[in-house]
Amino acid sequence: MPADTAKPAAPSRTPVYALVGNPNCGKSTLFNALTGLKQKIGNYPGVTVEKKIGTAYSQHGHPLTIIDLPGAYSLAARSPDEAVLRDVLLGRRADTPIPDRIVCIADATNLERNLYLVHQILDLGRPVILVLNMMDVAERAGLVVRAARMEKELGIPVIACEAINGKGLVELKLAMSRHDLPLSRHSWAIPAPIAPAVSEIAASLSENDRRPPLIARAEALLLLTDQDSVRVAGSRPLSERTVEILRSWEKRWAAQGTDWAGALVNSRYDAITELCTHVIERGGMKTGASVSDRIDAVVTHPVWGWVVLGAIMSALFLSIFTLAQFPMDWISEHMASLADAVKHAMPAGDLRDLITDGAIGGVGGVVIFLPQILILFFFIGLLESTGYMARAAFIMDRLMSRVGLNGKSFIPMLSSYACAIPGIMATRTIEDTKDRLVTILVAPLMSCSARLPVYLLMIAALFPVATVPVAAKVGIMISMYALGTLGAFGFAWLFKRTLLKGEPPLMIMELPPYRLPKIRDVALHMVERAWLFLKRAGTIILGISILLWALTAYPKAPVGATDAQQIAQSYAGMAGHALEPVIKPLGFDWQIGIGLITSFAAREVFVSSMGVIFNAQSGEGNTAPLRDALLAAKWPDGRLLFTPLVCITLMVFYVFAMQCMSTIAVVRRETNSWRWPLFQIAYMTGTAWFVCLLIHQIGRALGY
Amino acid sequence: MAETIKLSSLAIGASAVVREYPKQGNAFLRLREMGVLPGTTVTLIRTAPLGDPLEIKVRGYNLTLRKTEAEHVLVEALKPST
Ligand SMILES: Nc1nc2c(ncn2[C@@H]2O[C@H](COP(=O)(O)OP(=O)(O)OP(=O)(O)O)[C@@H](O)[C@H]2O)c(=O)[nH]1
Ligand SMILES: [Mg+2]
Repeated sequence: MPADTAKPAAPSRTPVYALVGNPNCGKSTLFNALTGLKQKIGNYPGVTVEKKIGTAYSQHGHPLTIIDLPGAYSLAARSPDEAVLRDVLLGRRADTPIPDRIVCIADATNLERNLYLVHQILDLGRPVILVLNMMDVAERAGLVVRAARMEKELGIPVIACEAINGKGLVELKLAMSRHDLPLSRHSWAIPAPIAPAVSEIAASLSENDRRPPLIARAEALLLLTDQDSVRVAGSRPLSERTVEILRSWEKRWAAQGTDWAGALVNSRYDAITELCTHVIERGGMKTGASVSDRIDAVVTHPVWGWVVLGAIMSALFLSIFTLAQFPMDWISEHMASLADAVKHAMPAGDLRDLITDGAIGGVGGVVIFLPQILILFFFIGLLESTGYMARAAFIMDRLMSRVGLNGKSFIPMLSSYACAIPGIMATRTIEDTKDRLVTILVAPLMSCSARLPVYLLMIAALFPVATVPVAAKVGIMISMYALGTLGAFGFAWLFKRTLLKGEPPLMIMELPPYRLPKIRDVALHMVERAWLFLKRAGTIILGISILLWALTAYPKAPVGATDAQQIAQSYAGMAGHALEPVIKPLGFDWQIGIGLITSFAAREVFVSSMGVIFNAQSGEGNTAPLRDALLAAKWPDGRLLFTPLVCITLMVFYVFAMQCMSTIAVVRRETNSWRWPLFQIAYMTGTAWFVCLLIHQIGRALGY
Repeated sequence: MAETIKLSSLAIGASAVVREYPKQGNAFLRLREMGVLPGTTVTLIRTAPLGDPLEIKVRGYNLTLRKTEAEHVLVEALKPST
């Protein structure tokens, strides 16, 4: 190894630190504590899947650039999220500065496995600070980790930390602002049969692929532990010479029966085990079943496991219908009185209509569903922060394997109940590209929070009387979620058998110990989602509502026309009428058609559009709940428009149809082509149309 | 040296030392990197409600793997210590 100390960071430039470690070791918690930002925290591996840059201030007030990264078990990346870490560290990402220094975070309760990645990082020859996190958990388990001894063994600063309680932060910041961070006295015995190959490949990498010497050596080691070595070389393909050398060594070893990759891993673990005997004392370790083990005995029990899963789901939907009622009525009342106040205060005219019908009618209709959406996020937040997510994947793996996926795909699918966008991002933890693609394709079928307002409005229209038991509403709601989930499974099965055939995937996943949910994390996440929802209501939904109002108000009908005639001959009416022939077989008229068109921007826009369209027709009277306006709507021949059958059909349409610009944009980015998002729109919306056609026609034939 | 059996046929709750390990295959390299090596002690904690995958304890943490992978890992069962 070269010089003993690193060059002091040039004073003109803020030093860049990367936070690196195994999944779920507390990197994002530490990042938030250092920078005051709000990265998402959760108790399962793979919460962070993209880098995030923030600024912290040293004890002396100097800025430090900090990069939070996805977790990885090894630099030999197996999945896209791990590749983000590798590429940032090796300086392959054009949008991220190459880190000057690395803060390695290791879970003190699980040191041996955590040190494997640290061991690889030390190969990079950059200054490293090692943080031993979760010291509180280690202490409770009776595990003593001697940081000082470790510091002596490794020759780098080692800092004991409890990121969650902010303990150790000052020490960490002091270490980070040191100009003279020492390089590790990192030397380990590369197994004898492999050592000459490492030097030869490293030499070729620095000569033919222009890698800096230390990176060349680290990369040579990586190439040897990866099955698909060329892919690991990243964006630029390796030079022919390097590949040639690599292949000839592999051939030689294969002939001799040398297990080169295994030998490399083994010798790293040998070094780690040796280190750990000096720094870990297990003397006081408690024996017997831990709390997590006892919880798991129930949660993953062949019978109780399913009961628990069912109970969680039922509790979620029951609270959506019961707990949310009060705040929802409150918001709805205030929206109505606001609209009425404007009606009384302003002279009649286009501007007044724009405010009451366009802005308040449209946005208000959506905003009243905020309480339900918060409840949904609260539940998902609980699942994420306790550690249940990983158990759900464990329980579901067998079922998922029937459709050709694995339990890991279930985590993105569960996240998609909140919103398909984080769900699709979460597929980055899936190793196999085809499995990842299949999961991306089906994730939007899981009913997201944007569908909730549509379902709730339709259920309200379905059961206008107050005497209907909550159970019926909950039942319909659960059926819609179940329908979407079954659809997702069905299509995954279909795609895995046709378009994207592949090997049955692996299910190698860590099950983290349960932790008490951090109410603060869950609450922060809820506030953030609420803010996002309101922002959407105030921007996209407001914008579309105003635009839609304008499209319903112009061109002006001749004087004396009724409000209904005005809308019918407006621009929006024309569009709706143009669509009507396609959707009439489903029982939808042109007014619903307008809603279907506008909700291509986002699904909840359907509700605001119905608000705009039907409020505009309700004339001068007081603002009535949207539900009543819908129930009064009729076909030209006097039949009711929103019959129970149409309400159900509409819900089913929203279960299947792909109507979300942001999802389309994310799928395009994650799959790197327009092919898959376009395919997704076609298959999902096509299915929606066919299923609705079936339901409506069969329903009609049965006399509904 | 005692007889080796497949990791997948280990009794629930029993501990064993890994003996033979496939050299090739993505799954096995990953398992290796996560600390399951020849000579490592593992404990079979449970199987999932539907029989697959398995949950093992290794180096102090819990890890899942499918039976199809566990079938290729040969282990030597340890006598339950009192
Ligand atoms: N008891 C305890 N829990 C902690 C500590 N640090 C983090 N946690 C918890 O550990 C879990 C994982 O934390 P994250 O910060 O999301 O971990 P991460 O390393 O960013 O995880 P990925 O993004 O999935 O790689 C969360 O449940 C945290 O609340 C700590 O010092 N003590
Ligand atoms: Mg994270």
